[in-house]
Amino acid sequence: MTKYIIKRFLIMIGTVLIIATLTFFLMHAIPGSPFNEERNSNEVVQANLEAHYHLNEPLFIQYLIYLKSIATLDFGPSIKHPTQTVNDLLGRGFPISFELGIVTILVAVISGIILGVLAALKHNGIIDYLAMTIAVLGISIPNFVLATLLIQKLAVDWDIFPAATWSSPLHMVLPTLALATGPMAIIARLTRSSMLEVLTQDYIKTARAKGLMPYKIIIKHALKNALMPVVTILGTLLAGILTGTFVIEKIFAIPGMGRYFIESINQRDYPVIMGTTVFYSFFLVFMLFLVDIAYGLLDPRIKMHKKEGE
Amino acid sequence: MEKLLEVRDLEVSFLTYGGEVQAVRGVSFDLHRGETLAIVGESGCGKSVTANSIMRLIPQPPGRITNGTIQFKDKELITLPENQMRKIRGVDISMIFQDPMTALNPTLTVGNQLTEGLKQHTSVSAKQAKQKAVELLDLVGIPNPEERLSLYPHQFSGGMRQRIVIAMALICEPELLIADEPTTALDVTIQAQILELFERIQEQTGVAIILITHDLGVVAKIADRIAVMYAGKIIEVGTKKEIFYQSQHPYTKGLLNSVPRLDRREGKLIPIDGTPPDLFSPPAGCPFTARCPKAMEVCDRVYPLETKLSSTHEVECWLQDERANKLLASK
Ligand SMILES: Nc1ncnc2c1ncn2[C@@H]1O[C@H](COP(=O)(O)OP(=O)(O)OP(=O)(O)O)[C@@H](O)[C@H]1O
Ligand code: SF4
Ligand SMILES: [Mg+2]
Repeated sequence: MTKYIIKRFLIMIGTVLIIATLTFFLMHAIPGSPFNEERNSNEVVQANLEAHYHLNEPLFIQYLIYLKSIATLDFGPSIKHPTQTVNDLLGRGFPISFELGIVTILVAVISGIILGVLAALKHNGIIDYLAMTIAVLGISIPNFVLATLLIQKLAVDWDIFPAATWSSPLHMVLPTLALATGPMAIIARLTRSSMLEVLTQDYIKTARAKGLMPYKIIIKHALKNALMPVVTILGTLLAGILTGTFVIEKIFAIPGMGRYFIESINQRDYPVIMGTTVFYSFFLVFMLFLVDIAYGLLDPRIKMHKKEGE
Repeated sequence: MEKLLEVRDLEVSFLTYGGEVQAVRGVSFDLHRGETLAIVGESGCGKSVTANSIMRLIPQPPGRITNGTIQFKDKELITLPENQMRKIRGVDISMIFQDPMTALNPTLTVGNQLTEGLKQHTSVSAKQAKQKAVELLDLVGIPNPEERLSLYPHQFSGGMRQRIVIAMALICEPELLIADEPTTALDVTIQAQILELFERIQEQTGVAIILITHDLGVVAKIADRIAVMYAGKIIEVGTKKEIFYQSQHPYTKGLLNSVPRLDRREGKLIPIDGTPPDLFSPPAGCPFTARCPKAMEVCDRVYPLETKLSSTHEVECWLQDERANKLLASK
């Protein structure tokens, strides 16, 4: 087990390095620099600024400096907000984004599974059709469209929920709903089909032949097996939710990481782009690692460690 | 011997898109305590449906028990409420299915699956349940049972898994064990071992067994009585001797001729030509008519009445019935 974890950890570091490298060169491939907007600074000032941020060095040297900043986890100050370091921005914005992401994934997973199980149990019944209609809508409507609709109806027209910001649980409802509906729909459909398949398995018949209570058959015998495909796509959904938070935060004026991330790209704020990308890729890779561990715990046939021998 | 189970006129159909499949069309038989009854017949003749009806495990819909009674001891199972039926399943009547590779849940330990029925139906402590599980694994011949409890099904071979499934079925000490093709998925040497296990279990526990199979070799080994099914009906029933040496139904004879036997010199195997009738609209007369070498005019029109050849041997074939000629004459 420890051997597996160490191996996975090294792979994670490798993945993050590759992402970081790609980001670095892509970022420098975008035309423009932090200082050449329509600002009328004179050339000397410009040169000084560039020297300060090492932008006058050859790209390869910049790359090494950048790798060092990753190794020390210190990305330096933002170019656009020189009084703040990238770490400051992350420390302020990430907890809020994380909160939005976690609430979203919880809502999506729990409601998706419940919807999927109900649909499978009432196969071809009204609940099934209703659940699957919701699911199809949820999958086909992009989250930014849904966000706009939700704001228009639930905030502006009916005035039930606040339209923006992130200051109370009530404020969390609309952004979470907008972001969670898509993943929830995917999970619901997957749970339903996987549950329907599991329910025809022989071991379910065996469980019924033992005279077990129906809820026990469903939860203990069926659901555990049916959830495996759901766990597998959790990684992909996490990535989607992560990028989704940027859009949703922008729409709902939530002071998370999304704002800094988008601004930093528009303004070529190199340290912020690099810092957030590295941080987010590490976060995502780590989440995928957790998903793999969960999968191994669910399915004993997957060996993460050496064979126990019969 | 005391009667344990009495099935009368059982009829089961499935409503499918193609129409109503009459899978079981009036099956009657008895089973006594400690006895082994084999039900044999070709694929699709309704063996599994009959067995599942006794357990009330017919998927509803599309399935429906349309007629008949199933008397188990003092209880009528067909009309028994589901919550009471649950107390019979796994406790008084247990069932074993064909494929041991899929009959166990891959994500739960063997110990967990062995004891969960016991825990549900009795008030034993976890420790007692575990002890009972160890006892049973030992009974079915699994070495080091204590250590095996924490293993998962994939860590066992097919034969071992079938032993576990059998142990699981026996854990609440049932009076009736229904085994639906318990050896079909296993290779021949393992098959023999499992059959020996059934024999030994019966000696030690006195459980009655309904053994479903299409393998007459299996039947020859452990059955006391044999019921031959064809197109949803039991067409001949008798003791093992009566079926093997004095069978009267052309279908039974055909079955016996189609398997190798040590007691016959000319070892030629004769398969039965043709296929069973479509159960969407089963024929009014004898369902074997189209394939029967002895078929007469009456066979096609009227279903043969039951003829008692001995106190244990019954057959449904016009050849055994002197009324056939009278019926023909009157038509
Ligand atoms: N769930 C179901 N839906 C529709 N038809 C069914 C269903 N279960 C069984 N049947 C039909 O009932 C008939 C009898 O099936 P059954 O499973 O009892 O056959 P069997 O004698 O056990 O055959 P085998 O040796 O292949 O197991 C078949 O014609 C089958 O098509
Ligand atoms: S009733 Fe007629 S067709 Fe049927 S088995 Fe007997 S002889 Fe053959
Ligand atoms: Mg069958």
